[in-house]
Amino acid sequence: MKLSEIVVALEATVVYGNEHLDKEVTTCGASDLMSDILAGLSEGCILLTGLTTVQVIRTAMVAGVGAIVFVRGKTPPREVIDLAKAQELPLISSPYSMFVSCGRLHACNMTGLDGRR
Amino acid sequence: MGALKKSYYIKSRDFIRAGEASIKIQTLLKSLNFDPKLIRRVAICGYEGEMNVVMHGGDGSLSFAILPDEVILEISDDGPGIDNIDKAMQKGFSTASDEHREMGFGAGMGLPNMKKNADDIIVESEPGNGTRVRMVFLNNKGGDDG
Repeated sequence: MKLSEIVVALEATVVYGNEHLDKEVTTCGASDLMSDILAGLSEGCILLTGLTTVQVIRTAMVAGVGAIVFVRGKTPPREVIDLAKAQELPLISSPYSMFVSCGRLHACNMTGLDGRR
Repeated sequence: MGALKKSYYIKSRDFIRAGEASIKIQTLLKSLNFDPKLIRRVAICGYEGEMNVVMHGGDGSLSFAILPDEVILEISDDGPGIDNIDKAMQKGFSTASDEHREMGFGAGMGLPNMKKNADDIIVESEPGNGTRVRMVFLNNKGGDDG
């Protein structure tokens, strides 16, 4: 699924990365705990989270996450956006809750980090 | 190629810079064309160890040695030490504070993630004497990404 399609599915706003919306992601993870993200098969995934800290970006970089969706309409502060820009890591903001955002992506046939639905 | 070595200082409670050292090591390994799976394992272990120092330890350091066949990470701090290493290695066990949890830490997966991703790990710690973790990553294995 392309990031552009995810933006539509979530009625989301692109915080950073309009030039990367053709990027394909196949799996989806959702967590507010950094070590749980690192414990999973997160390479190239889209990560849904409610945390807007610098550590989310660093965790995503370490794990090889493909893009981040901030749920509940959250947008990160400037320094977080700048760090993501430096890594060319797309950031998206969904107005929906974590549960609804996950549900919408599941309805688009996205799979979890372990490949299951 | 001889060993490429460097050490980074880790400042206790510096959450702004926490993780930078591990990202630098990750970037260096990418530039040296190491196996991506190995790089990911090293980066995860470095990051988890670095965060442990920032959250729980006094000041510390993250050192690496890169050789053709292996990468070695050593993370040490002069913090309070670990009361029970076996317990700390259990998934879900965490001594994270409320402040840490608000930042997304405290899953209790730090040391378990390090153990899963390193080919060899030695943890030395006792209360009042800081903590030292040494990890070896072999360059001829695919590693466990699951």
